[in-house]
Order: sequence, then C-alpha cells, then structure tokens
Amino acid sequence: MSSATEHHDPNCLVTGNPTFESITESVSCIPESRTPLAWKIMFSISASLALGLFCLIGYLFWEGVGVWGLNNPVGWGWAIVNFVFWVGIGHAGTLISAILFLLRQRWRTAINRFAEGMTIFAVICALIFPTIHVGRAWVIHWTLPIPNQMGVWPNFRSPLLWDSFAVGTYFICSFLFWYVGLIPDLATLRDRAKTRIRKIIYGLFSLGWRGGNRQWRHYELTYLILAGISTPLVLSVHSIVSTDFATAQVPGWHTTIFPPYFVAGAIFSGFAMVMTLSLIARKVFNLTHIITKKVLERMNMIMLLTGMMVGYAYSMEFFIAWYSGNIYEQFAFVNRAFGPYAWAYWIMISCNVLVPQIFWFKKLRNHLVVMFIASIFINIGMWFERFVIVVTLARDFLPAAWDYYSPTWHDIGLLIGSFGLFFTLFLLFMRFLPIVAMSEVKGILPQADPHKSGEHHG
Amino acid sequence: MAKIGSRAYGVLAEFSGTGPLLSAAKKIHEAGYKKYDCHSPFPIHGMDQAMGMKRSPIGYMVGFTGACGLLGMLYLTYWVSVVEYPLVISGKPLFSWQAYVPPVFAITILVSAFMATFGMLVLNKLPRFNHPLFNSESFKRFSDGGFFISLEAGDPKYDEVKVTEFLKSIGATKVEVVTDE
Repeated sequence: MSSATEHHDPNCLVTGNPTFESITESVSCIPESRTPLAWKIMFSISASLALGLFCLIGYLFWEGVGVWGLNNPVGWGWAIVNFVFWVGIGHAGTLISAILFLLRQRWRTAINRFAEGMTIFAVICALIFPTIHVGRAWVIHWTLPIPNQMGVWPNFRSPLLWDSFAVGTYFICSFLFWYVGLIPDLATLRDRAKTRIRKIIYGLFSLGWRGGNRQWRHYELTYLILAGISTPLVLSVHSIVSTDFATAQVPGWHTTIFPPYFVAGAIFSGFAMVMTLSLIARKVFNLTHIITKKVLERMNMIMLLTGMMVGYAYSMEFFIAWYSGNIYEQFAFVNRAFGPYAWAYWIMISCNVLVPQIFWFKKLRNHLVVMFIASIFINIGMWFERFVIVVTLARDFLPAAWDYYSPTWHDIGLLIGSFGLFFTLFLLFMRFLPIVAMSEVKGILPQADPHKSGEHHG
Repeated sequence: MAKIGSRAYGVLAEFSGTGPLLSAAKKIHEAGYKKYDCHSPFPIHGMDQAMGMKRSPIGYMVGFTGACGLLGMLYLTYWVSVVEYPLVISGKPLFSWQAYVPPVFAITILVSAFMATFGMLVLNKLPRFNHPLFNSESFKRFSDGGFFISLEAGDPKYDEVKVTEFLKSIGATKVEVVTDE
C-alpha cells in the first residue's frame, strides 16, 4: 500500500525517507485492510490451543493438582517453570519501553509498542500458573490483605505474597503505560475511520484526544513518569520472583546471586521473544522500513550482552558452590551438570551461552534467518534454565528421598495452551491496534525537529 | 463555513510544518492571546516555552500520591503484623520492616501509576468525546501529518476578521472558522 517501503538504507532509524503521512499510512493500513488468510489460519490454531488451555484448567479444578507430575522433592514442577518463563518474557517489553526511553535510545520507537503488548500478554499467561497452582483458585484473593469473616490476614514476610503484589502491580502498570502510549495512535485510527463501528470504537478508546500542546505537555511528563517508575519496578519484579527460590533453605536455591541473575535472564529471554515476533511482524506486514536491520542488530547486541551475563551467573554458581565448602551445595551443582537432568542442563548451556556467541560476527547478527533461529533457541534455552533450577531439586539431602520428576500430558498441555493464549492475544493486537507507535516514530523523523526543518524564523 | 444560527467556536489555522507552527505560536503568545492551542501529531520540542507555559504539575501530584501510598502501605503492614494479626515467624520481631519493603514498594508504584495516568486525563479534560474542533474536516489531519493552531472565540482579544488576518500574516496556509453546533 505504501510507496515508502520500496527502498531502504539499513543504517537509518527509519529508512526510505518517509513523510509523516507515509508512516501513518503504512502502520494504519494494517488494521484497516482486509484480514489476511495467514492471520486467519494462525488465529484459528492459536485460539484452539487457548481454548484447550481453558478446558485443561477446568479439568484441573475438577480433579486437583494431582493431575500434574509433582512428587515429594519436586513440589513446584512446570507450573512455576512456566510462570517464571512468562514473567521473564514480559521484562524485555518494559526494558524497551521504559529503560531505553530514559536512556534516549531512539531506535526503540520501532519496536516498543509490540514489545509492550508482548509484556502484557506474557504477564497474563504468567499469572495463570500460580493462580491455578494454589489448588483452590477461587480463593486466590486471600493473598491480598482484604478484611474477611475469618479475621485472618496475610503474612507480609512471605515471598509468595510479595509475588502477588509485585506481579499484580507489574501487570497494571504495564497496561497503563501501554494504553497511555496508544491514545494518540488510537486518535489517528479514529480520524481515518470510514465505518460507523470503527468511528465509535476507536473514538471511545482514544478518549477524544486532540493533540494540542496543552494536552501534550501533561502527556509527555506522564509518559516520562511511567517510564521512570516502571524501571525500578521491572528490576524489582524479577528479583522478587527469584526470592521465591532464594529464601528457601534448599541447596542450589539459597543464593544471593539469584536476583541479578534472574533479571539478566529475563531480559535475555524477552529480547529473544521480541526478536521472534518482530521478525514475523515486519515480514508479514511489510514494516521493513520502520523495523530496520539497525534496530534488529542492536537487539542482537543486547542479547549477546545479557547472554554472557547469564553465562557468568552459571559459572559463578558453580564457583560459589565449591567455595562454600558445603557438600550439599556442591552436590546440587554437580548433579545439575552430570546427574539425571544433565540433558536439560546442557540444552540450557548450549542455547543460552553458546548460541548468542554467534552475534560477535557482524555478518551473523545482520542475517535475518540466523537471528530468527537463534532467537528461538534462546527461548528454548531460557525455558530450560527454569526447568533445571526447579527439577534438580529431585535429589535433595537424603538419597532415600530422591525421585525423578516427569511431566504428565496435562503439564505439557498447559504449556502449549499458554502459548496458544499468548499468540491469540498477540494476533488480536496485531489485527486491531497500531503495532508501531506512530506518533513516536513521527517525532524522530528529521522534519519533526522545528529547528532543522529550514522554515523556522523565530 | 459557519451555518446560520450556529455559534462560532473559534478559528482553525493550518501550518506547513513544525518550524512554522513553533514560530507562529511564539507570535500568538507575544500578541497576548490566551485561549489558543497548537495541535500536532507528536509533541514538539520548545513548544511549551513558545506558548509561555510552565511545567506540568503532574510530577508533584504523582510524588504526593506515591508518598501517601508508601506511608499508607507501611502502616497497613505494621497494623496487620503488630496489632491485628501478630505472627511470630522464625523469631523475627513483629515489625520486621525490611521484609515489608517489597509489598510497600509495589503499592507505592501502583498508586503513582494510577495518579500519573488518571491525573493526566483529568488535567487534559479527557475523556471528552465531542468537541467543536471535530466538526472541522481538515482538523482530522492533526493525527496524521497536519499542524494546526486553534484560537477560541472566548479569548478576550478575539475578533474573527482580525484574527484571521493575523494568522495569515504569521504563516498560516489556510484559516477556517469552526462552529459549535
């Protein structure tokens, strides 16, 4: 549809010398055009999987958590693996939208909108798992300090309670941040709407935005504040998630490296997911001039950096285990690398430490197919990281208590179903909302600067 | 295109880019107009100074709300753990405030985010689904690539003919009268 997609120079933030109008056109035409067949096919697959997730959850409520593969040493299993995995995925979205905003990294504008969308959908998937794992999900509100007829109050010292505060806050703040960013772009869709139903729906959600500077001045400061408060929040959320493990007196878990190690891993896995999704989106929706190779290359550099931070944490865990002189601690790590779960450990090491090393080479970090495959490997590796942490508990202090944990069909179904839910929400977002922050991309075009546009007389 | 019997809301002038809009805003401000606004698809740097506007108060509002959230949640954790439902866990003191930092921090952030978002909407008088400016067909381009200045009839110095002339003299490419139907 747009002519600006024809030629591109990979070194610019936005290539093809677009105008304000061509940015509007190339982003808005996605929700305005006819539904592509590929979208319908992908949507029916993921929506079916999401439906499967809800059926499995219904079965779980009927039958109880006994349908999972939990056993006595491994009391948490895939539910917490999936929880930590999905929360981690979400963190890259906040990093891109908040931290890179504060650091004035203007290349973020190409990917921030759907990175934020990804955050919200990933956190929705994450919140499902602890909720269903409590066994009696209908009283999940007991984790909050709500007055009740039993006169019972929650224990504020518990990391599991911290989790519900931190992740709940994280979801609400991410949603507000995302929605505030969407308002000007929803106004664009409202002003372009041709049909009555579109005028009403986009009109309602754009809240009557008029783009006057008397509105922008409050808006800009609000956006800055939301970015400012999301930054410590995102760092605290995964630190708190890691305290679920770190406060337990169990070898392999009781370590102070967990908060920074979890945060780095979260950013690492989230960037990999943003990469997977943005490569698909830029191909399917012809956004190569907005999501440029330069943006993708920088994301690969961040993955290289965070991948090495994760690698450092893996080796430091071994060092501390040896240095502590504690035989249980030492055994926990030897068992991880060479015990019955060695296969999972080495999948983790190869995907998370070895695969990102290819990004040292400029050619490889600019190669679309290579980065797509690498991003999927990293996603797999980061899932296995949490799997390794959780299930190597199968061999704890007493050999008599040792066991081997295997998931059941229900565990596997829940994981697949959560991917279905994630992609269902993501596809709906791609179909009906502007997937690139138009007003922000316009703001970084050269002609947006009043002092460079050549017509300024003041 | 004022209809008979309809009241004028003001005039809407279109400008060709960010530079002309910024210099026009400066001149309108210097000329002493009060009820006007500069509409653009994205915020323009230097526009606040050009229009003579102070920094948005939203920062103070959020700061105050955040402080209330912090103290309020700290008090709730104290009241629950010491007064209403004391639990001795691992021999720790009842008010082991270090362990309460994560929920207190989360609530501080939560109320701040609510204040930032809803405070911004209140200051911007949003949601407001109908507005006289939406009667203008060309105003729809403000969210695309158009740059506009709207000057309200409620301004004490407003005079339709004079204002139209003035806006044209400071670089408007097109000036129209917007009615309040």
